[in-house]
Amino acid sequence: MDAVAATNHTVIQVRDLTKIYRFGEVEVHALRGVSLLIQRGEFLAIMGPSGSGKSTFMNILGFLDHPTQGQYLLEGISGESLSRDELAEIRNRKIGFVFQGFNLLARTSALENVELPMIYARTPTLKRKEMARKALSEVGLAGREHHHPRQLSGGEQQRVAIARALVNQPSIILADEPTGNLDSKTSIEIMGIFQRLNRDLGITIIMITHEPDVASYAKRSIHFKDGIVVDDRENSSRLTAAGGGRV
Amino acid sequence: MTRLLASFRIALRALVVNKMRSALTMLGIIIGVGAVVAMIAVGSGAKQRIDEQIASMGSNLLMVESGSATSGGSHMGAGTTATLTVGDAKAIETEIPGVKNVSPMIRGVAQVVYGNQNWSTGIMGTSPEMIEIRGWTLSSGRPFTEQELDGAVKVCVLGKTVADNLFGGIDPVGQIVRIQKIPFTVVGVLTPKGQTTWGQDQDDIVFVPLTTAQRQLFGQAFPGMVRNIAVQAWGPDEVKQVETQMIELLRQRHRIQPNQDDDFSVRDLTEMMSSREASANVMSLLLGSIASISLIVGGIGIMNIMLVSVTERTREIGIRIAVGAKSQDILLQFLIESLILSLMGGIMGIGIGMIGTIVLSSFTQWPILFSTTAIFLAFLFSGSVGVFFGFYPARKASLLNPIEALRYE
Repeated sequence: MDAVAATNHTVIQVRDLTKIYRFGEVEVHALRGVSLLIQRGEFLAIMGPSGSGKSTFMNILGFLDHPTQGQYLLEGISGESLSRDELAEIRNRKIGFVFQGFNLLARTSALENVELPMIYARTPTLKRKEMARKALSEVGLAGREHHHPRQLSGGEQQRVAIARALVNQPSIILADEPTGNLDSKTSIEIMGIFQRLNRDLGITIIMITHEPDVASYAKRSIHFKDGIVVDDRENSSRLTAAGGGRV
Repeated sequence: MTRLLASFRIALRALVVNKMRSALTMLGIIIGVGAVVAMIAVGSGAKQRIDEQIASMGSNLLMVESGSATSGGSHMGAGTTATLTVGDAKAIETEIPGVKNVSPMIRGVAQVVYGNQNWSTGIMGTSPEMIEIRGWTLSSGRPFTEQELDGAVKVCVLGKTVADNLFGGIDPVGQIVRIQKIPFTVVGVLTPKGQTTWGQDQDDIVFVPLTTAQRQLFGQAFPGMVRNIAVQAWGPDEVKQVETQMIELLRQRHRIQPNQDDDFSVRDLTEMMSSREASANVMSLLLGSIASISLIVGGIGIMNIMLVSVTERTREIGIRIAVGAKSQDILLQFLIESLILSLMGGIMGIGIGMIGTIVLSSFTQWPILFSTTAIFLAFLFSGSVGVFFGFYPARKASLLNPIEALRYE
């Protein structure tokens, strides 16, 4: 899997990654040696059954968890020897998260939700508001800045989450089953947004999904099984959300 | 600064969102701080009242009382017979250095009559200095003079209570009252002093010249006998020395053998009041500590609610940590939350404590005194309670594992 060498365009470099969880006496091997290169501007779908290790992989990519063994570099940076706060700073500047359950702050307006990462980046208030507005219009929510999550549909909530993920101009967006709670029509809309961000802004997107339909909007798919990558290929028959047809 | 402001806003929002819970949490602190403020106000009020009394009694004052009479082997208590004389008073004034004023006096109770009004009150026969020594001032008229004392003139100075009861609204100065059927001209009225801490009305009194009292009012077996002699020293340092020398002098004058008891007693009034003041201090300390306990209980309430709040908002904390909040950011957010609760509770507690104290004192007539220092301290104390009890929940929040926190339902 490590046939291709890392280049200047490489965003993510993963080598022999293993993760072992210990629950008392029981050891669970979530990852058993994963190696992977992801280039700038890729749109990658990670697929696999539950328990295949894809969520563990995602947590490690997101600097939320440490691997037991192996190496992970995000733009050449390793999280291995970094403190909790240094990891937080990398997450803040380089990674945008989109979750299945949206994970917006309740009773907080869309605008303020999008502002959240910038608050921790110490962005000045005025600039923060302006950038949050821009990010919201990027995902088609201009004019809904002051709606609270409860007043928004699932698709709209997920768009707020995407706006929050991209507002700090991260190196990668990590999306963990972003369409898991959405109907198929809304799912296509969200995929359309991802495709546009990927195409127009060149943002690298890594998305977990277990729906082959959704995966086919990505440029590349990899399959996890029992903690290793069993399949890795370019999507030959890629869907585009805008037209809804094949490229 | 940006960060503090942001944390402050986040914290404030969280509190506003949970209005009821915030209010109940604050209530604990409100009651605690209110109790502290009220207790300190009552305590310092009592202390101030005592201080005023020390001032009104005259400073550096020694009171010599004539000795106890012995009747069939049982002592009748100090002042039951008059063993002191005007001569003793003169001797003290001339022979002991460090003495500023000496004022002999006799006391009795008599009926005072004006027109169809009558009032039974304490009559104090003394020298004009006594009025000054005791810190009295006159609201109208004048004190009686040395000449009137020498001539045993029938003049008197009325306390406010006596004047009010006999004259109502009229100015008594120049009027004639009858004390034990003997006519006295009122020359002055005293400015009221109010009650003593033990509830005695200080204004229920009539001053007459000592000589007049001796000759006209309280007939005595030996002329020149007095009940008490008030002796004022020049300063606090002289009091002890004056006391020793005075005892020596009086023993000589009364021809008391070394193995015999004194036939008089000396009381240091300032010392007596100081011990009263000390006990008032102990009382306010005690009240203050009891009130502080309720403040601490309020703090535990804050801790309890903050812990619940952290658990309830685990997911929110997870989101914040995921998008880049550092431990400090989370710590600060929750710490500020508890600080806002406790400080707002503190401010309201101060207000409610003050109102409560004023209402209480209007019912009970207790003296109260608000000191800025005490109020500021109560405020500061409530703040530290917030930080102290908010720290543990805030720290717990700041150390949450983001993966588990995000998964938390």
